[in-house]
Amino acid sequence: MANETEIQEAAIALDAHVAEIINWHFSHETGCSFWLDWAKEQDWNPLEEVKTFDDLCQKFPNFQDEWLRDLPNKVWVPQAYKNRPFNIFETGGTTGMPKQRIGWDDFREDYTAFSETLSDECFPKNHYWMMVGPTGPRRLRLAIEHLANERGCSCYFVDLDPRWVKRLIANHQFDQARAYMDHVVDQALTILKHREVSALFTTPKLLEALAERKDLVRAGIKGVFCGGTTMDKQYARFLVEEVCEGGKIGFVPTYGNTLMGLARHHPISAENDYSIAYYAPQPRAALRVINPETNQAVDYGTWGRVELTTLTKEFFMPRFLERDEALRRKPWSEAPWDGVAEVRPFGAMEKKIVEGVY
Amino acid sequence: MSIPHIPCLRFGVPYRSLNDSAVKDYRDGTTKATLSQVNAGVIRRDLKSMGQARDALRKFSTRELIEISAKAGELFLKEDLSIGEGGMMQSAQEYMETLSATSGLPHVMVQRNMDKIHYALTHVDLILNGLTRGIDLSILDQGYGEHGGSPVCFFPTTEALGLVMPSNSPAVNSLWLPSIALKIPIVMKPGREEPWTPYRLIQAFIAAGCPKEAFGFYSTDHEGAGDILKHCGRALIFGDKSTTDLYAGDPGVQVHGPGFSKILIGDDEIENWEAYLDVMVSSISDNGGRSCVNASAVIVPKYAKEIADALGKRLGPLKPLPVDDPNAVLSGFANPKMGEWIDSTLEADFSEKGALDATAPYRDGTRLLQAEGGTYLRPTIAYCESMDHPLANREFLCPYASVVEVDQNRMLSAIGPTLVVTAITKDASFKNQLLGASNIERLNIGPISTMKISWDQPHEGNMFEFLYKRRSIGMAA
Repeated sequence: MANETEIQEAAIALDAHVAEIINWHFSHETGCSFWLDWAKEQDWNPLEEVKTFDDLCQKFPNFQDEWLRDLPNKVWVPQAYKNRPFNIFETGGTTGMPKQRIGWDDFREDYTAFSETLSDECFPKNHYWMMVGPTGPRRLRLAIEHLANERGCSCYFVDLDPRWVKRLIANHQFDQARAYMDHVVDQALTILKHREVSALFTTPKLLEALAERKDLVRAGIKGVFCGGTTMDKQYARFLVEEVCEGGKIGFVPTYGNTLMGLARHHPISAENDYSIAYYAPQPRAALRVINPETNQAVDYGTWGRVELTTLTKEFFMPRFLERDEALRRKPWSEAPWDGVAEVRPFGAMEKKIVEGVY
Repeated sequence: MSIPHIPCLRFGVPYRSLNDSAVKDYRDGTTKATLSQVNAGVIRRDLKSMGQARDALRKFSTRELIEISAKAGELFLKEDLSIGEGGMMQSAQEYMETLSATSGLPHVMVQRNMDKIHYALTHVDLILNGLTRGIDLSILDQGYGEHGGSPVCFFPTTEALGLVMPSNSPAVNSLWLPSIALKIPIVMKPGREEPWTPYRLIQAFIAAGCPKEAFGFYSTDHEGAGDILKHCGRALIFGDKSTTDLYAGDPGVQVHGPGFSKILIGDDEIENWEAYLDVMVSSISDNGGRSCVNASAVIVPKYAKEIADALGKRLGPLKPLPVDDPNAVLSGFANPKMGEWIDSTLEADFSEKGALDATAPYRDGTRLLQAEGGTYLRPTIAYCESMDHPLANREFLCPYASVVEVDQNRMLSAIGPTLVVTAITKDASFKNQLLGASNIERLNIGPISTMKISWDQPHEGNMFEFLYKRRSIGMAA
């Protein structure tokens, strides 16, 4: 656990960063048209009234995801970036228009920072990666390639279209979903057979499917960076103890998406019942576990809705309610701010959520 | 007594999952046990070791495994056996009371189910004799031999028998018991509300000397159940029609769904129908009406209204009794929503023209009721004008039967696929038609309860033929 000094210092750093980002996005010289126009419609001025993260949480309403679907991408271009073409990254879109986030360098910064958290033993420098998962219009594809490059090598890619998988499962076409997963795994195994790869990015289900058909330790895999779907305690334990053979392969679960970047995990083991807690890459993004009715953080160790605030010069997104719920976890010495643990789809205990192989 | 935790058994090795479910008292919802729930991946990984589990059983002769089964039967019926972790033990009395508390079955019915299982385990030799049509059991050990003057050779069709079990009746476990003596390990997903019986049976087998590797016991989700069915090569599934329809036609999956068992009375005996009321009542209501061998229809050439009324008079007044009352006939619902669903379905179907609730005049109250701290359904007899009525050929998890008039010459085509038929007739011509009918699994000729089964004659699939195939063999001298 983090000590009080560490927690206070992190909070001060976050407040300073919030002030800087608010100043950036709500100043005519640097801000984007969306936030400048939005501010005009308010009876309060963010530049004057938001100096801290608490101010932000009290003053800003929840970010509406339809803004990312319905509005043209150019409204999100900060003045400072207006002469640079942007990347368009998507999330969602199983049916209808996906959410789109534009960006320039954020994914590199996020993944360069993340690279620092990886051990060289499990993710050797100067060796090949393979990504088996959603590529296409997702930020993740470029991010993983950057991560591999950052660590001195290159990455092979096998695509998986989660929109198609979700549609198959929603339509109860389980045979088709299984066949598609087999097709993806076949391609990954082909790469593993013909190329030397030591680090994987994939989803938990695909990792499991790969391990069922190939001894990943003997195939030379040393580390797996995993994300994309819910991993409850039992599933995380199974992946660590059995699929990754109790530490022969390093297992790094992450929580992330196109809108946030990625949150690193607190080490898991039998000692903490494999309960995975994630910590946002503060101050570039902050996560809260809240009661949406009261806009207050829930007590530590209790369930609440996950709320994301993204705070970069490229993208400002205050108080976006994720589709997930989680346990609020105490600050950790390596990330002295609140964590989100045992993340699962919001309402998962009440209704069936389509997650499929993705 | 603290609440036991029932772990998974990964080929005999206890495994406590970080996820669990609660097995609850059907009356007040108190937790009687927690049950480890594993993800499907655990099962898929273990199934790769099926061969080792079978090797453990192959070290024993069939005769030795029959003896172990018999010893397990005695232990199951009478002794304290391990329940869950930490050396916790469960006596036979505790098993009966706890199973009653979570399933809603009265003690007397649990005891009858225990006795059935005990009989099956202590008569595995008789069962195997019936299943194999009397082959010398050493042939199973050696793989080949001579039977009736001809060479025979048998090979197993699978390394393990998959089982996706129901929660409705403990004695259903007797179906898989011969698998152990046939040297085929089991991989089971227990019923969510009834882990008690299979877990106790497994512990009895192990205590009797059976290798623990022979038992996979995994409480899991739909994906896990699907993997058991898919990867075991041979599997049994129990469920309602929507579940069993998914696997109909799959030669590797033996489907045990609704039985739609029936009593037929021929033209020659219909004038004596009153003499057969007892057999009708017991066929409909024994074991709480929960079995696939319970009669769910009485098909007669005439007097349907009168028979329905007479059955209504006998069954309508039945009420829930305390679980320890030896005269208890009705079972409570572990899942009250199931009782509510059945009641609303019956009401909706009775609202369609052509059916009458023959029990209603004798029931003095509602069909669905709260009593003895739980949810119960009282018996229902439906008089139906024809087999076309939605209630004519239905089965519910309670004492229920329709009574329908059908001409004798149309009966066999009208009844559809039927697990057990009790045909009350002495007419040689009708008997011949019954003997030739392909839509009947077990046939009783004469006033025999549909509930009466013969252990040496399989009434729903032959386990030996399911687990072994015969092949031609030649050996140089």
